[in-house]
Amino acid sequence: MNWLTEPFSHEFMLRALLGGMLIGFVNGFVGTFVVLRRMALMADSLSHSLLPGLAIGVLLFGLSTAGLFIGGLSAALMVALGAQLISRSSRLKEDTALAILYTVAFSLGLVLLSFVKVRVSLMHYLFGNILGLSNTDLWVSYTVALVGIPLLAALQRPFLILLFEPAVARSQGVRVGLLNALLSVVLVVTMISSLQAVGVILMLGLLISPAATVYLLCDSFPAMLWGGGAIGLFGTVAGLILSYHVNNLPSGAAIVLVLGGIFFLAYLFSPRYGALRLLRRKRHFHEESLARWPENDSHSSV
Amino acid sequence: MHSHELAISDLTVSYSQVPALHHIHLKVRCGQCVALLGPNGAGKSTLLKALAGLLPLETGSISFHGHSVQGVTQDFAYLPQRENIDWDFPATVRGLVEMGRFLRVGWWRRYSRRDAAAVDEAIHLMQLEELAHRQISALSGGQQQRTFLARALAQEAHVVLLDEPFTGLDKPNQDNLKGLIGRLRSQGKLVIASHHDLASVPEIFDHVVFLNGELVAAGPVGEVFSEANIQKTYSRRAFAGPHGGHTSHELAH
Repeated sequence: MNWLTEPFSHEFMLRALLGGMLIGFVNGFVGTFVVLRRMALMADSLSHSLLPGLAIGVLLFGLSTAGLFIGGLSAALMVALGAQLISRSSRLKEDTALAILYTVAFSLGLVLLSFVKVRVSLMHYLFGNILGLSNTDLWVSYTVALVGIPLLAALQRPFLILLFEPAVARSQGVRVGLLNALLSVVLVVTMISSLQAVGVILMLGLLISPAATVYLLCDSFPAMLWGGGAIGLFGTVAGLILSYHVNNLPSGAAIVLVLGGIFFLAYLFSPRYGALRLLRRKRHFHEESLARWPENDSHSSV
Repeated sequence: MHSHELAISDLTVSYSQVPALHHIHLKVRCGQCVALLGPNGAGKSTLLKALAGLLPLETGSISFHGHSVQGVTQDFAYLPQRENIDWDFPATVRGLVEMGRFLRVGWWRRYSRRDAAAVDEAIHLMQLEELAHRQISALSGGQQQRTFLARALAQEAHVVLLDEPFTGLDKPNQDNLKGLIGRLRSQGKLVIASHHDLASVPEIFDHVVFLNGELVAAGPVGEVFSEANIQKTYSRRAFAGPHGGHTSHELAH
């Protein structure tokens, strides 16, 4: 068991472990909402639009976590709100507007970063480095986890109705606008807290694959929330240990690879919804119809 | 027992400024089973959605039991058309019926024994006991329909709004649904359903509302469900108001 505990005798690894567990859990938890709300594409756009915000944050405030936080948050919100504005004021649909806005924002980010005097590595923002977590990064993760998760968990019931019937939820007394706004804010804040760990490009994998995995395994919304969190946590820790033992394996990539591997296992072997189930002889789903005609068996054995 | 009355007065509902329903006046009561009849684009779904509080009212008002219905109320249960539902959603029959209690329980209060009992009873009334733990996509169309009716029962709604509930059901399931709707009525519920099969109207419903962009006729089946009214409703294009140009028939989704 030494290979398991040995990495965490280093302080930077212990820090990465603490941060990674939180970030992994929060992403897996929030991912359920993203998967069921079918906003994976929107989440992708938001994560990419963090980049110009980071660049502006660095230009204005230098390399401080607060600056990155404010810059990233405002850029992501501007892209999200801008896409809504365009889709409402023209014939374009929101996904088209998002695609344009986020690529423009991403390009703007690249251009701005080339002007930044402070030496920042683009690779760092794109792919993250969980071993470089600062104390402030940890505090951000703690705050997001301790505020965001209880809030979403407490609002499970209205969220369940919103996710199941977005068009009808309002008639059930659900404050649709408020919940949507809350979800967007928690999502963006989650992304910012994951930036340091996995970077702009890979964070979508950390967000989506745990929830998608549990979605293939069970039919319970609470199980998806907590199970997604658990898989996110496990995958992050496993990826971290993997990257420690394999030379030059970037931690962000290792985490996403582990989560991707878990997803494909579920995709193939899930007892209920796995793809291999399609190869097996199809079970008769409606047992009651079998029970009604028990003599079927004797007829079929010719 | 006081009979609850749903009163619609001067109701106009529009989609991006083009009215789909014009100045509807209508009164129906709990314990009635009302069919909304009319050609495509006549505003049947629009009326149901307006009653459910899903569409803004351009003119007029809706009141239930003397009180104005401001969009949201737990007295109303709306069942959307089946193709608008994500059947792969992680929910079992019981989980879906429990959603009906959310309005009563509140967003974070504990589920009481009374709530569980209401869910049990709704499941029992809709004959879903054996399917309670099945995921909703693993149900037949009739069972799915019953699950949503059970949710309306668990919600203890007084008004049940159904959008084309008989569409896509085979004959035995249609008969079953007919019986269940009768049961809702005998419990004092007001059932309002859009319907397109004219032949089956008298055996399912006791009241009819003929719509064609505007109200053509409304009343008990015996008095109003006549060849003349059917002709009047279906033979002409849906009334599109003074705007001319498009008919609301063409604008309907």
